[in-house]
Amino acid sequence: MRVLVALSGGVDSSVAAALLVAEGHEVVGATMKLWGGASDSGCCSVADVDDARRAATRIGIDHHVFNFTEEFSARVVVPYVEAHGAGLTPNPCIECNRHLKFRSFLDRASRLGFDAVATGHHARVVPGDEPRLLRGEDVRKDQSYVLSCLTAAELRRLLLPIGHLDKTAVRALAAELGLPTAGKPDSQDVCFVLQGTGAGARERFLSERLELHPATVVDHTSGEVLGEVPAVELVTVGQRRGLNVGGGERRFAVRIDVGRRLIEVGKEADLMADGVVLGERTWVRAPLPAGSEVMAQSSAHGRPAKAVLVGDGLLFGERRRRVAPGQTVALYVGDEVVGSGIVRPGDVGAAA
Amino acid sequence: MLTPLREGRSPHPTIYLDHAATTPLRPEAFEAMRPWLTTSYGNPSGTHSLARAALRAVDDAREQVAELLGGEPGEVVFTSGGTEADNLAVAGAARGARWDAAAGSGRPAAPVCCSAVEHPAVLEPTRALGGEEIGVDAGGIIDLDALSCWLSAHAEDAALVSVMLVNNETGVIQPLAELAALVREVAPSALIHTDAVQAAGWLDLPRAAAAADLVTVSAHKFGGPKGTGALLIRPPARGRLHPVLRGGPQEHELRAGTHDVAGIVGMGCAARLLISESQEPARVAQLGDRFVAGVLSAVEGAVPAVPRQLRIGTICNLGFEAIESEELLLMLDAAGVCASAGSSCASGAVEPSHVLMAMGLSAGEAREHVRFSLGHRTTEAEVDQAVTLVAEAVGKLRSP
Repeated sequence: MRVLVALSGGVDSSVAAALLVAEGHEVVGATMKLWGGASDSGCCSVADVDDARRAATRIGIDHHVFNFTEEFSARVVVPYVEAHGAGLTPNPCIECNRHLKFRSFLDRASRLGFDAVATGHHARVVPGDEPRLLRGEDVRKDQSYVLSCLTAAELRRLLLPIGHLDKTAVRALAAELGLPTAGKPDSQDVCFVLQGTGAGARERFLSERLELHPATVVDHTSGEVLGEVPAVELVTVGQRRGLNVGGGERRFAVRIDVGRRLIEVGKEADLMADGVVLGERTWVRAPLPAGSEVMAQSSAHGRPAKAVLVGDGLLFGERRRRVAPGQTVALYVGDEVVGSGIVRPGDVGAAA
Repeated sequence: MLTPLREGRSPHPTIYLDHAATTPLRPEAFEAMRPWLTTSYGNPSGTHSLARAALRAVDDAREQVAELLGGEPGEVVFTSGGTEADNLAVAGAARGARWDAAAGSGRPAAPVCCSAVEHPAVLEPTRALGGEEIGVDAGGIIDLDALSCWLSAHAEDAALVSVMLVNNETGVIQPLAELAALVREVAPSALIHTDAVQAAGWLDLPRAAAAADLVTVSAHKFGGPKGTGALLIRPPARGRLHPVLRGGPQEHELRAGTHDVAGIVGMGCAARLLISESQEPARVAQLGDRFVAGVLSAVEGAVPAVPRQLRIGTICNLGFEAIESEELLLMLDAAGVCASAGSSCASGAVEPSHVLMAMGLSAGEAREHVRFSLGHRTTEAEVDQAVTLVAEAVGKLRSP
């Protein structure tokens, strides 16, 4: 097959490409240029492009750079800023996968005559007419969560060569191949926000693009005014620090109302919810009917929780902490991703 | 286990239509350079016979380049390429102007301006100096009214106006003579610089660049080696430039550094060939016209960026409706055709052309454009084959 591999400059995608070459596919590597702003230090920066190109040379494949900065800005960065402006906590990496990697990149690959694309994500595709998406073999490194928005249409043209290997095996392979990326640390943060500068980085990024408004912090139950924060747009549901409510019992942001510039805080018990409302639902194959049991995972490496599908979202098996609106919930049956949704504000109705 | 390091595939026969990016080194130039890379390794700044032999070689090359440019040998300053020559012209003039910072408005350098479609080697130094960028019209020609305004506003202290003779992305020829007349009338103290990098070999520089005080050329754009260029500094500009590279006294103390003797010799040889091949400009321009006509008739929704009468015939910038230039370039490359689009950024990604956008195209429209640039090696057979391959590539992208 002719396969276009998305090379990020990291070790996983380099090894993925090498494995495909060893299997006899015709492989070409491409790095997406997504962001040229001041943060150019995270994933897909100029330095990463150089790393990707050197790895490609080592593996013996061609390497190209695709300029997707406009799409990235329009479909990832701008929505990220707008979501924060609306009091949501977006996950830009998922939007990047949804719109860039598995839309723009995949479409371009088709137009250029490739049969499939591949990435270094740690997850597995079971091929077939009805392809399946499974967690990666190494549960600690499983990245199926960020791929949970994919559908069968994309999976039919996606290869995930390293999903059956654990991380030590991947690095060992990289070292054996003499890949320059073998020792490179994994990238952690949102790629367009300056890395290595801690919690302030996100705030700085947003404050340059959004008008930030102070908000009053009130008690969730009594309504008593407890304090003020300088920027309501930077607060996330579930947050404990930075709420300026003084010492004493731990209090968490329970509800955020950007319009009224209000943050309700409560105790941990107040953070508990029966379920979540989900919007922007995606299904890998056919939608599952209401009443189906799934495991719901609401962060990249969070522990999944038992849940039941209901009309407007999920009902958890046990009450658990709210998930911040804007975050993605990935739905699993066993090890298989069946779908995803984005949390909306509000409480889920019990109606099935 | 895994088989590491697959051998690269050998490239298929190439049709090279990217001469504006660089040109093949002329075999004669390579031969001329050879001894200066092997047995004759003297530094021209020395006094012994090895050094003097190298100096004579540099002198000879200087004469050739001077003749190409329509100047005197003493007016030629060799540099590491077009970019360095442009920087010497712009920054050199701005800093060299008798600018009294104490009496002035506190601006860091004397006023300079350039057109909005200049190569980054002129744009970036201009921007770094706080200079002005003068817009262009839809055809890419500098707005002389806007220039006139700027000149009037800086009539006493304007240091430099820089406008390229031929645009590298569109081939558009600027009205240098008209522009120079305007500058002399309104702001006579301003020097006039022209980046003639793309003009060398296609326009008769002694005539076309006669009105400029400073002229830049680059060897690798006309069959010489990469890494060598020159700035022609005519008498009005003499003594008015500050050097960019300071150190030894080479090039009349305007450009320090040991001469790249081999590079300079290669440049001189390429210049001599250009002067002798007087039929080339017409031959290649005709091929360019044949190429454009062929593509326009074979491909629907293809449009030239600029009308023929505004540009040289060897640079053909075409837009293809609903096509991404990045993808077209890849398809063409797979078929053996080399072309380019816009400019590269530091990561190697293609950026949409600032030249096309200055002419009024949107970023989206600019991304549909590809530049095909013909040269000395281009044959009629290549042009006809390229037309077919372009049509095929566009066809595949439009219905994959």
